[in-house]
Amino acid sequence: MSWALLQLIARRLATAAVLLVVVAAGTFALIHAAPGGPFSADRAVSAEVETALAAQYRLDQPPLLQFASYLGNALRGEFGPSFKYPGREVSELIAAGLPATLELALYALLLALVVGISVGALAASRPGTLRDRLPMGAALVGICLPAFVLGPLLVLVFGVYNEWLPVSGWGELAGDKLLPTVTLAAGYAAYIARLTRAGLREQLRQPYIVTARAKGLGGAAVILKHALRGALLPVVAYLGPACAGLIAGSFVVETIFQIPGIGRFYIQAAFNRDYTLILGLTLFFATLITLFNLLADLLALWLDPRQREAL
Amino acid sequence: MARRVTYNLPLLLLAAIALACLLAPWLSPYPPAAQQLLLGAQPPSVAHWLGTDIFGRDLLTRLLYGGRLSLLVGLTATAVALLIGVSWGAVAGYVGGRLDAVMMRIVDTLYALPFVIFVVLMMVVFGRSLLLLFIAIGAVEWLTMARIVRAQVRAIVHSDYIEAARCLGLSRWQIVTRHILPNCAGPIIVYTTLTIPSVMLLEAFLSFLGLGVQPPDASWGLLINQGVETMEEYPWLLLYPALALTATLLCLNLVGDRLRDRLEGSAVGGDR
Repeated sequence: MSWALLQLIARRLATAAVLLVVVAAGTFALIHAAPGGPFSADRAVSAEVETALAAQYRLDQPPLLQFASYLGNALRGEFGPSFKYPGREVSELIAAGLPATLELALYALLLALVVGISVGALAASRPGTLRDRLPMGAALVGICLPAFVLGPLLVLVFGVYNEWLPVSGWGELAGDKLLPTVTLAAGYAAYIARLTRAGLREQLRQPYIVTARAKGLGGAAVILKHALRGALLPVVAYLGPACAGLIAGSFVVETIFQIPGIGRFYIQAAFNRDYTLILGLTLFFATLITLFNLLADLLALWLDPRQREAL
Repeated sequence: MARRVTYNLPLLLLAAIALACLLAPWLSPYPPAAQQLLLGAQPPSVAHWLGTDIFGRDLLTRLLYGGRLSLLVGLTATAVALLIGVSWGAVAGYVGGRLDAVMMRIVDTLYALPFVIFVVLMMVVFGRSLLLLFIAIGAVEWLTMARIVRAQVRAIVHSDYIEAARCLGLSRWQIVTRHILPNCAGPIIVYTTLTIPSVMLLEAFLSFLGLGVQPPDASWGLLINQGVETMEEYPWLLLYPALALTATLLCLNLVGDRLRDRLEGSAVGGDR
């Protein structure tokens, strides 16, 4: 850990904090403008929620103070009471849904990385041949096959016509995690395969690869030991957007497979106009994505000595 | 000749789909929303080529009308993204200096935001209007365009012919619109082609979740959503809309990839 690296992390964390306050302010303003929202007078909620809301949001104070107190509470992890589930805190709901969502996203990301990188490397090692064209054609189809198309099709084939796998739930029946994971991972695996292949083709043209080959290193060793490290930089840079995408994907996948995660909560909250839950989840997602972006940048630093020297 | 046809197949298919959607009112004998409840869901037949949905509506007709909406969203939102992205990138790239730094910093910052979540949020707060859908999606997709245009402008802003134009006394506006932007046309066209499918995907995603296009209107995302509900009994209601969306996205991506390869090939060469 060099001093420059610590400085970079500190600077990025500060930027992230500012960004999150901006996100919070934007979301808060949107919700404030919403008809029938928690901050407008014509609410249609139960008396129990009403008193909790009034206490929580200091509704007698001007909007700016309301926002300040909301932010203060959010920093302590308190997002207020849910709008539609009387007696339940938003943070409680997030805590209840988080494990399933994280597990699903983690499995999908791992699957996408393993499949994507190996397919991309395999294709790049023999460009122009069938070993390149077939998987890359499949990758292109994979990109054009969104989760909300692939998921139902997989359910139809593996769950309905052949009753091989359960079609809904998470961790209740054997194998019920397989279809959701594959559904969420497919698009990312395809994209990562394309990135890996393009990165590898680029690296394999570099002089240091010619040197390695001239010294008698075989094709597989050149790719695995030398070229892959540089070729993975675009993949690492893609991890940040991929995290945001995985969250959006979890909306769809959790809805299709009826997984009790926060992605499904978000969509339900959107339909229920459960504003406090939406507000809390938006902030939570934004924090998650910001942290993941930072992590991806640090990973890129570790992989790329040029970026480290530029610090 | 035969090679030419296979090479242009995605483009031809795309044109055929777009034309069919555009001419839907004249091609189809059925009104898109009229229900025939007694008919119900029928498998594909001579009268209804792709079958009917649970309300007895002709699926092909609904697919064509839905395609109109999907393509309309795709084109309009892309136009919004194009407008914002190109002007933002051109100004930042041409003016340079502090303004450039600030403008690009804003783009970098916006990149880190969870935009899909914001679009969902906006659909919830402001109701699900089509106009808002265009604006929301367009406002999300302009960032990459701004980066690409800015990089291009930076690359040519110091060339001799721009200098010459400046000496001749052309105004900034004239230089940017007449000399700089036409010379960035290649990357802009390529990226526009690649933006359309991602915009259509976002629309379908929102409509699938029930937050985009609302019934009785139809878009491909909404038809897929409705198809999923009854897929065990009437699989064709899912399969054909899914096929329409995937085929269109695939063609758009193929066309965009090829345009890019051709552009890069002429500049760099090498295998890609």
